[in-house]
Amino acid sequence: MAEVSKIPVTVLTGYLGAGKTTLLNRILSENHGKKYAVIVNEFGEIGIDNDLIIGADEEVFEMNNGCICCTVRGDLVRILDGLMKRKGKFDAIIVETTGLADPAPVAQTFFVDEDVQKNARLDAVVTVADAKWLSERLRDAPEAKNQIAFADVIVLNKTDLVSRPELAEVEARIRGINPYAKLHRTERCKVALSDVLERGAFDLDRILEIEPDFLEAGDEHDHDHDHDHHHGHDHHHHDHDHGHGLKHYHDEDMQSLSLRSDKPLDPTKFMPWLQNLVATEGQKILRSKGILAFHGDDDRYVFQGVHMMLEGDHQRKWKDGEPRESRLVFIGRELPEQTIRDGFERCFAS
Amino acid sequence: MSDIPSGGVAPSIPSVTDRVRPIALGAPVTSAHFLAERACFVGAEESVALVDTEGQIERLTIHGGGILCAASDGSRIVTGGDDGKLVAVDGKGDITQLALDAKRRWIDNVALHGDGAVAWSVGKTAFVRSGKNENKFFEVPSTVGGLAFAPKGLRLAIAHYGGVTLWFPNMAANGEFLQWAGSHLGVTFSPDNKFLVTAMHEPAMHGWRLADNRHMRMSGYPGRVKSFGWSAGGKFLATSGADTVILWPFASKDGPMGKEPAMLAPLQARVTAVACHPKQNILAAGYGDGTVLMVRMEDGGELLVRRNGTPAIAALAWNAKGTVLAFSDEVGDAGLLTL
Repeated sequence: MAEVSKIPVTVLTGYLGAGKTTLLNRILSENHGKKYAVIVNEFGEIGIDNDLIIGADEEVFEMNNGCICCTVRGDLVRILDGLMKRKGKFDAIIVETTGLADPAPVAQTFFVDEDVQKNARLDAVVTVADAKWLSERLRDAPEAKNQIAFADVIVLNKTDLVSRPELAEVEARIRGINPYAKLHRTERCKVALSDVLERGAFDLDRILEIEPDFLEAGDEHDHDHDHDHHHGHDHHHHDHDHGHGLKHYHDEDMQSLSLRSDKPLDPTKFMPWLQNLVATEGQKILRSKGILAFHGDDDRYVFQGVHMMLEGDHQRKWKDGEPRESRLVFIGRELPEQTIRDGFERCFAS
Repeated sequence: MSDIPSGGVAPSIPSVTDRVRPIALGAPVTSAHFLAERACFVGAEESVALVDTEGQIERLTIHGGGILCAASDGSRIVTGGDDGKLVAVDGKGDITQLALDAKRRWIDNVALHGDGAVAWSVGKTAFVRSGKNENKFFEVPSTVGGLAFAPKGLRLAIAHYGGVTLWFPNMAANGEFLQWAGSHLGVTFSPDNKFLVTAMHEPAMHGWRLADNRHMRMSGYPGRVKSFGWSAGGKFLATSGADTVILWPFASKDGPMGKEPAMLAPLQARVTAVACHPKQNILAAGYGDGTVLMVRMEDGGELLVRRNGTPAIAALAWNAKGTVLAFSDEVGDAGLLTL
């Protein structure tokens, strides 16, 4: 079945009070001519004005395969199945999670369930963060950290309630955990809908198109200049910068790790290594992505993963003049960095 | 543990396609039933279509949204919707609203008992209304995946995450819990009341022998089992989920323990619907490519009822006498075969 006929699903996460409902109402009330089915966790208790609202229980089920991080949202399987009976009545689905939810089971539902895969596709995980309180939550709430680490898009909200140094501080903390997500600074979640919807963040074909920093700028992908021109010059006020003026924070337990090499990889070494890595360390690895240059292969190979689940495919031919470089990113908790780096280096074609 | 070996290739098949009366329903269909002599096709949304053997269609609007579940006892069909309504339709086409969820939550499952009792579920709560119109309810630890009445007495099996709860609505005691890891989405009692079988979220079924709660693993499917039914007399459980009809043997006291299932009617497409004939050891099987076959259980002999090349078969049903087979694909291209 063609990818286009699948209904896009946006997952909206964020800690309590960050502004998820504000963003949701903004999406629903804007004049876009689209109809959304909205899955919320507490039925009828929050003010959302939409025709199609479904209450969910956030039931996280372990898959019966002995892998404890292979969890899915059982309620989502059921609700998506029911919603498909009303296909044609809506264009997209938004899943709002509770403030304490882990986004992984939602994402994994789209990797594991055959019926869900047939009808719907995960578009992106959008995390709303409170500029005033996020730094504190990152210290005391592991859920908040998970949501930042997992995000494809971060809406840093309530920026009007903090000073410029405070804003720089919280951004640096976010970037210390997840330098790859698109970050948008907002007041009252005022963000262009095209920045949060139809992102294709889990679409292997768009794995780089949506991450230009990751593609072209190398390791210095600290900032999203596209949408924040008026903030750009703020950064000159700071000292300890990485070229973009942001302070560097290293989060104690959640990090990202990027690997790159222009040495071609041997697929018979790399694939078993990657599979073994996610099988043994998958509980720690929240997200993984990569573009790979295999020895003797004129096609780029791309992959992505959530915990222990991986999917990958040949994407397209390497272009003339395009550096044939492999790049991998892991975001996770207490990543065994040296082990991963050493293992990767053993995958080069000899 | 039993496993399904991989399937084979279809030989050329005798055809009865010229005896089928095509019915264009013009809207997606999710299941088929019979009310007296009329076939009842349940739509994905809003309505059911009652069709007589002459092909005359009576369409009844019964829900203000998606129809999530349906069950029939031959004299009425009961449906649950995403409008929070539980609705019954009888053979004359009379519509009765049996229940309305106060918060308009989805009615996810429904089951009927031969004595007139009806069971339905909303989230984690299963409800039973007995023939005497008394309402009772029971809450299980997670959302109800499936409901089935036992063939004897007023006893309800409630499938959920982690197993099945057996509940006697007329007794004060808590339910009996049959544990098995994983999410259970469908449930059925064998007609002799000796076995309970669930269809799981993963591609497997799981069974319990009720005398001693001994487990029966019924695995090896390439896809999830969504359609299953007992043969006349209950010797076999026929299921979808593979590219052959899977027929688990239940004639002995051990059920399918240590036995391999029979695999009938292999095609290059997944079986999506099965319906066993009410009197003989014959079943109808619908496939993901639109094929419908009639299959003899003894020797796997096949008759072609509908050719391939359309969306998947979503609905199959026999009338009570076993003289008419109703079928429909997902988009509502249906048919009636009179034997």
